[in-house]
Amino acid sequence: MLIKKAQDLRYSDITPESVYNGRRDFLRIAAAASVGIAAGIGGVQTVEAQGTLPAIPNVKKSPFSTTEKLTAYSDFTTYNNFYEFGTDKDEPAVLAKRFKTRPWKIAIEGHVAKPGSYDIDDFIKGYALEERIYRHRCVETWSAVVPWIGLPLADLVKKVEPTSAAKYLEFVTLYDPAQMPGVRSPILQWPYIEGLRLDEAKNPLALLAVGLYGQILPNQNGAPIRLVVPWKYGFKGGKSLVKIRFVDSAPRTAWMVQAPREYGFYANVNPTVDHPRWSQAREHRLGEFLPRKTLPFNGYADQVASLYTGMDLRRNF
Amino acid sequence: MKPPPILPVRRLTFAAALIPAAALAYNAFPGTLTANPVDYITDQTGTWALAMLTISLAVTPVRRLTGWNEVIKLRRMLGLFAFFYACLHLLTWVVLVSFFDVPTMLDDIAERPFITVGMATFLILLALALTSTRASIRRLGRKWQQLHRLVYVAAVGAVVHFWWLVKADVTEPRRWALAVAVVLGFRVWWTLRSRAAVARTVSRS
Repeated sequence: MLIKKAQDLRYSDITPESVYNGRRDFLRIAAAASVGIAAGIGGVQTVEAQGTLPAIPNVKKSPFSTTEKLTAYSDFTTYNNFYEFGTDKDEPAVLAKRFKTRPWKIAIEGHVAKPGSYDIDDFIKGYALEERIYRHRCVETWSAVVPWIGLPLADLVKKVEPTSAAKYLEFVTLYDPAQMPGVRSPILQWPYIEGLRLDEAKNPLALLAVGLYGQILPNQNGAPIRLVVPWKYGFKGGKSLVKIRFVDSAPRTAWMVQAPREYGFYANVNPTVDHPRWSQAREHRLGEFLPRKTLPFNGYADQVASLYTGMDLRRNF
Repeated sequence: MKPPPILPVRRLTFAAALIPAAALAYNAFPGTLTANPVDYITDQTGTWALAMLTISLAVTPVRRLTGWNEVIKLRRMLGLFAFFYACLHLLTWVVLVSFFDVPTMLDDIAERPFITVGMATFLILLALALTSTRASIRRLGRKWQQLHRLVYVAAVGAVVHFWWLVKADVTEPRRWALAVAVVLGFRVWWTLRSRAAVARTVSRS
């Protein structure tokens, strides 16, 4: 009788618990989204507007949204980093009050077939806006759940037609010493630069946000337009963008220049790769006392882990 | 001018030194400790530990500059308050930041220089607090003074701990470095001056 030997099951074949849970999350969200569509509200019913800024109409829901409890609007708009408006987390809300975000120009440059410079409102009109409720994880180990409104970065990439020379995107933020008290001291290299690999930019999760909690972005959160990359630490999300350049080599980002040993280009949320100052194993949700465990890729491993297949994530931190 | 009687001053200092802790407790329950309460508590308890340490080190210069000798009776209490806030600071880290995860904490102590220094500073304060009783002073004799000079190391350690934990903006740790430099600077200055005086006497004789 021929007895077939069972194939060895390697450790790497076992689905990590977090990924397993992530899949369950995804299924739950997908199920919830389809229920929403079936009920005939799948499109327009989104997070109720909070605060006092103009609401953004006609925003679509997204299956990428998490069902976790939202962070309080008042927490996320008064506790954040925006070093151009001070290094304390309560400073941006105060010092960005009179920041002028209209008129505003945003330029698309570099290796693209269709470069251009646009008035921000004309630019936004070219895209279908979606609400994306994402987990947000700061490298300083605090986190939040934020209902962003924005346009998928992939839609922009498609529209401007990158040439074969385009390998990376460079995000350039506003540098204006007259309006930004923080840039008068050389804490970071100004303007603040961030970057993504082209395939990261094309991932459906990457978002150019123009609003949160149903309304246009408050100044302190990066108005009028900012980057949101939910599987990376928050500092990757450049605020108040003025330029997106398609380039052929990895941009030298602001934090990489400031402390190359501490901040890498990728900055993927990773509980097993510590920052020299902070263990990244845990995080505190804004408004919560007890810590919770940080998930690989901030819980988005299913959607993004394949971008980094074969890469040593300890070296490419 | 006659210096104020020390007893009421001591009581007042004691009450004042409890205010930061009371304010934290008072605000913790309605949840008004900013959006990130644990970070705020960590920051406050750490800052007050450093503040109390600096104030306790200011006692001797104040005494020498003003001639108000009784002020020395505040020193031990202030030092113990520094230890008290350092304990709260450490407890916050153990409970609210690390949630009793011993491997992660050991890893932090070994691999994060600012935590290594912070822990060493705490151990110094612990040793000083344990030997702060009258009985210890009697038992240790001259060694007590040598041991308690470690408070200078602790003050420097606390500033280094603060300096190394900030990401980019060192404005605040720089202020504390300056404060500690001033209170320690008096001692360096007086030591140098008395050495010079001794040298003069020796060369004259």
